[in-house]
Amino acid sequence: MNLLYSQDEEALRDSLRDLLRTRAGSPDDGFDAEVWRLLTVELGVTGLVIPEKLGGAGASLREAALVMEELGRFLTPVPYLGCAVMAVTALRVAGDTAILPRIADGSVCAALAVPFAGPAGDVRVTDGTLTGRLESVADALAADVLLVPAGGDLYEVAADGPGVTRTPVVSLDVTRPLVDVALSAAPGRRIGPARPALGAARTAGAALLASEQLGVAEWCLDTTVEYARTRIQFGRPIGSFQAIKHRLADVWVSVTQSRAVARFAAGAVSGADPDGAEPRLAAALAQAHCGPVAVRAAEECVQLHGGIGFTWEHPAHLYLKRAKTTSIALGTAAAHRRQLAGLLGLTPAGTP
Amino acid sequence: MTDVRELARAFRASVPTDDPVEFLRARFDAGLAWVHYPAGLGGLGLPREQQAIVDEELAGTPSNDPRRIGIGLGMAAPTVLRHGTPEQRRRFLRPLWTGEELWCQLFSEPGAGSDLAGLATRAVRDGDGWRVTGQKVWTSMAHRARWAILLARTDPDLPKHRGLTYFVCDMTAPGVDVRPLRQLTGEAEFNEVFLTDVFLPDDLRLGAVGEGWAVARTTLMNERVSIGGGSLPRGGGLIGMLTSLWTDRPDVRTAAAHDEMMRLWVAAEAARLTGVRARQQLAAGDPGPEGSAVKLAFAELAQRITGLELELRGAEGLRHDDWTMRHGEAVDFEGRSPTYRWLRAKGTSIEGGTSEILRNIIAERVLGLPAEPRTDTTVPWRELPR
Ligand SMILES: Cc1cc2nc3c(=O)[nH]c(=O)nc-3n(C[C@H](O)[C@H](O)[C@H](O)COP(=O)(O)OP(=O)(O)OC[C@H]3O[C@@H](n4cnc5c(N)ncnc54)[C@H](O)[C@@H]3O)c2cc1C
Repeated sequence: MNLLYSQDEEALRDSLRDLLRTRAGSPDDGFDAEVWRLLTVELGVTGLVIPEKLGGAGASLREAALVMEELGRFLTPVPYLGCAVMAVTALRVAGDTAILPRIADGSVCAALAVPFAGPAGDVRVTDGTLTGRLESVADALAADVLLVPAGGDLYEVAADGPGVTRTPVVSLDVTRPLVDVALSAAPGRRIGPARPALGAARTAGAALLASEQLGVAEWCLDTTVEYARTRIQFGRPIGSFQAIKHRLADVWVSVTQSRAVARFAAGAVSGADPDGAEPRLAAALAQAHCGPVAVRAAEECVQLHGGIGFTWEHPAHLYLKRAKTTSIALGTAAAHRRQLAGLLGLTPAGTP
Repeated sequence: MTDVRELARAFRASVPTDDPVEFLRARFDAGLAWVHYPAGLGGLGLPREQQAIVDEELAGTPSNDPRRIGIGLGMAAPTVLRHGTPEQRRRFLRPLWTGEELWCQLFSEPGAGSDLAGLATRAVRDGDGWRVTGQKVWTSMAHRARWAILLARTDPDLPKHRGLTYFVCDMTAPGVDVRPLRQLTGEAEFNEVFLTDVFLPDDLRLGAVGEGWAVARTTLMNERVSIGGGSLPRGGGLIGMLTSLWTDRPDVRTAAAHDEMMRLWVAAEAARLTGVRARQQLAAGDPGPEGSAVKLAFAELAQRITGLELELRGAEGLRHDDWTMRHGEAVDFEGRSPTYRWLRAKGTSIEGGTSEILRNIIAERVLGLPAEPRTDTTVPWRELPR
């Protein structure tokens, strides 16, 4: 598998950077409607993975992974992961033709109504209406459509329709807000079976989250290196002290590895079956490696900036919060290692 | 554009494989040794990635052992190609590649390892050649080598980097004394080499007098570029030995070891993919610094993996296979006991530049962090503390 970036991807990266660079510093409510409009309508990146006949670009998750990288680097507060990666993957697997075209043209933002971390919620179906509660759902605040798994099927529910309440929670990561969703006899349209759609969405989400984590880690490394080059103490730049050099070299080594792993994961889920054994292995590997690397890079960023790294004013804390959150959401590194062990047949102790 | 697959197939069909050396010589002469080298020197001037096609087509034919000829292949050859005269290239490259002549590296000295440019071995003009005197150490394969790459001081009055000259040393010349140096595994891969008034004709000098450091940089860069791990399959190499133990021996399993093994599996796969990506970059003509990341990562991994294996084996891990002194030809990670592997792995973070030096290089050359203040680069070598 080719782990490099294609020329098209590099071109996409350039246009994304031009757009995102000017928007650094995220608003407090965790959603930048104007950037989202530019991304969806002007650049059309929400439709990257949507087939051309449904109005999308017919590209693959590899290109979407590149978008995730840049959104991670700039911590852009938009629901790309939830809508353009996870919801779109679920809808593609479910064979939807109604919602996808509207995501492609930017008129609809969809979100999977599942907890960002932890076990799936519990929603009952009675007479075609849905009732239940889902905690800590990501990317649902700005959504027009919720995709709700209930009774083994996936349903489309209007996010501000009757019987739907979304309550924002105070989340650790202020740039990716979470909401609690309460459904009380909310009307829903059945799309298809939930299990394959959710499985593929989770695998694609975990695989591409690694690219976001790569972007986060790269920002942390670049920013810290720049600081270490210019901050003078004891008459020398602090970056000339070996204690600091070696820590940054170690971060560079692990970030370099994250790049290979994230590219591999993106490639692996881009095939025909995004939830096959190889994609699941690649996604678990990616979360087991890239999550902890982003946390470490962000921690070093805070520490090596000294006091300023501990302030609200410096953006380091936003990256720290994003890194830690993503290393828990969609499964911790430890959970992914267990999953890998299962896929590799390396059974735990006590089992024959 | 040359179709190397066709060439390799035609070559295979027409050259008999019953005499391995003759076959390898013919392969070199056909330009199928290292296709990215110039025509006439074992190559065809093609992109490096095409070598994989040749190797695939010639699989199963007689081959040289890259572990045995590693120093020649990875370090001497690129240096001779880049800095050698046409005559030197013609003389050295063919037998180097066929394995008929082995090479070693006479760089490290008791007083100069990481600080290679501080070395003390002297080379003094003598008519149409040089007289070399000094002591080298940790020299892998010196006891088998026909030739050596040698760095020596030709002007002690200049600052240390400027007074060096690079030579090819004739290991059969009078005055070259090779003595095995036993290492902590019990065997001797490496040697001490004493050079006493060794005469080297001037046509064994590689590059200009006083330009030794620039030539050595070519060698060292290639040493780091020769990416650790080669092209292992997923789950292969040392991690494969650990997971086989786990699979075959339910009695060694513990809950804590399970998670540690999986951490190592993830780390090994991440390092392996980084190597794959680095080779793809190289093939695309854009060699990055990723090779250093791979070397650092594998050095640490080898130690952690082999350490965990010993712990899993418990009482078995207390027993070694054999302390008999061997004067070997190649590192044997697969054929020996787990204790050997664990001990040998301690060398991975020292050989070819220590992990600390590699971190310095990454920090300064890749990340662009400022160098530490130095006092040793402007004074004459003679005046430096040693
Ligand atoms: C298995 C093996 C095979 C080898 N084969 C060869 C060979 O074939 N030919 C050859 O020429 N050499 C060979 N070497 C030698 C090897 O290149 C040197 O051992 C190595 O460069 C370190 O030098 P040194 O041993 O003098 O240690 P030193 O340079 O004295 O280092 C001692 C310790 O100090 C640390 N240190 C030194 N300088 C710094 C610094 N600036 N910052 C931070 N830490 C520092 C080192 O990392 C190390 O931990 C081999 C070594 C081994 C282990």
